[in-house]
Amino acid sequence: MKVKERATVVAQKKLAEGVFSLELETNATKYAVPGQFINIFSNDKSKLLPRPISICEINELNNTLRVVFRVVGEGTTEFSELQAGDTVEILGPLGNGFPLEGEKAIVVGGGIGVPPMLELAKQLKGSVTAVMGYRNDDLFLADEFIDAAADVIIATDDGSVGVHGTVVDAMKENELTADVIYACGPKPMLRGVAQYALEKGIKCYVSMEERMACGVGACLGCVCQAKEVDDHSHVKNKRVCKDGPVFLSTEVEL
Amino acid sequence: MNTKVTIAGVEFQNPIMEASGTFGSGMEYSEFVDLNKLGAVVTKGVANVPWLGNPTPRIAEVKSGMLNAIGLQNPGVEVFCERDLKFLEQYKDAKVVVNVCGHSAEEYIEVVDRLADEKRVDMLEINISCPNVKEGGIAFGQDPKAVEEITRLVKAHAKQPIVMKLSPNVTDIKVMAKAAEAGGADAISLINTLTGMKIDVERQSFVLANKTGGMSGPAVHPIAVRMVYECASTVSIPIIGMGGISTWEDAIEMMLAGATAVSIGTANFYNPTATLDILNGMKEYMERKGIEDINDIIGIVK
Repeated sequence: MKVKERATVVAQKKLAEGVFSLELETNATKYAVPGQFINIFSNDKSKLLPRPISICEINELNNTLRVVFRVVGEGTTEFSELQAGDTVEILGPLGNGFPLEGEKAIVVGGGIGVPPMLELAKQLKGSVTAVMGYRNDDLFLADEFIDAAADVIIATDDGSVGVHGTVVDAMKENELTADVIYACGPKPMLRGVAQYALEKGIKCYVSMEERMACGVGACLGCVCQAKEVDDHSHVKNKRVCKDGPVFLSTEVEL
Repeated sequence: MNTKVTIAGVEFQNPIMEASGTFGSGMEYSEFVDLNKLGAVVTKGVANVPWLGNPTPRIAEVKSGMLNAIGLQNPGVEVFCERDLKFLEQYKDAKVVVNVCGHSAEEYIEVVDRLADEKRVDMLEINISCPNVKEGGIAFGQDPKAVEEITRLVKAHAKQPIVMKLSPNVTDIKVMAKAAEAGGADAISLINTLTGMKIDVERQSFVLANKTGGMSGPAVHPIAVRMVYECASTVSIPIIGMGGISTWEDAIEMMLAGATAVSIGTANFYNPTATLDILNGMKEYMERKGIEDINDIIGIVK
């Protein structure tokens, strides 16, 4: 049987303005793969619903999972204030991760879509090019890709670092090709990356996001539009939490 | 110690069910709880054909509660029978209550007819109270004449006992309970969610794509207790009580108010083992209080 468990905070670190890195000691570590997420619950019981946050690093040796998140509301504010030794309830790992494929891969992260790319880049067997998009020179996590990826390309909205523009602009400018592209970020970015992949004939996986309740596929709160009839409800809706969050870019509407 | 309760001739090993729509057909939560230990699995609403549901966002959190506007996405009764009922075959100790939804009387009846000879279906719960679909659903549940009429129509077709699921979004729920009883309902269940709204003050727009959603969770529990109490003193058919039950105390409270069985809904989302945790707490309470039979506490607070 799966269980909700109480994880212990090992470390908390501010990486950039409003962006925090939280390391949790948890048995969920054993089962986690890159691209999956964990549900983190507020210690304030008036906040009922868990916050789904993607896994940034899996450290089997220390039995820890690392998540990197942006503070967007009261729940994530509370998580950002957790300190080593504190405990927090979690459920997971949840969802399907990225299939590890290809001799040559491009991992693309935009903003708070960067974190899940780190563990993926580390686990991919072939050569990895990491393309990361940020608003400005607050390049959280970018330095940590240096060991995991052969190339690290940065794009910033304000042009302060790297390519002035989006990750797609950076991919075009560098004429990147690969066997497979993995992407996580805001929907317009995913749309652009999927289009790039389509034009170049590259297989592309995207990680989707939606407001969730249960996180296990029961409530049907977090569906995204699918191109084909789905297996669960036989309409064109896939459950982000259970069928995803990773999908082939060709199976969902972006 | 006896935890068995009987509703319309159907015996449940204990009064714990889960509320329709929060638990699928049990498949997902079977990884967390042994479904065989539940009184019943109450399925998500099923229609005659697949329903797409509403656009997203479908979920919003509010203080001590949540809003949902799923819009009854479901695979339709054919797939439901072939897949979900088949899956539930392996959990013989739990009864199966199928929640039925429709846009019109004809659609409800089509589902009820299709389920009539399915042996795994012990009871039907007729959803005349979903606040998130425009036609059918709540439209039937806010007019006593319509409640009585749809109850009578469904009852004439159903081979299993029928439970009418009532909406709290009415002036006087007792009137609806009486209408269901007059139409021949074997039992009633309440409450469905309360219509609510959340506005994002930064974006100055609705959080839910549907604008409104059904509110559930601990915040609605006192309203549910009051309504179960009111209905229990008005009708003589059994009541399945629900609305914000998250602890054994809440479940006992609901039974003291007059519910023969209780359903756990939103609590599943933040405690996947809520159903069995609550059952265990109820048993401990019975032991501590020297209660031999759970039926002895139903509706005793008057």
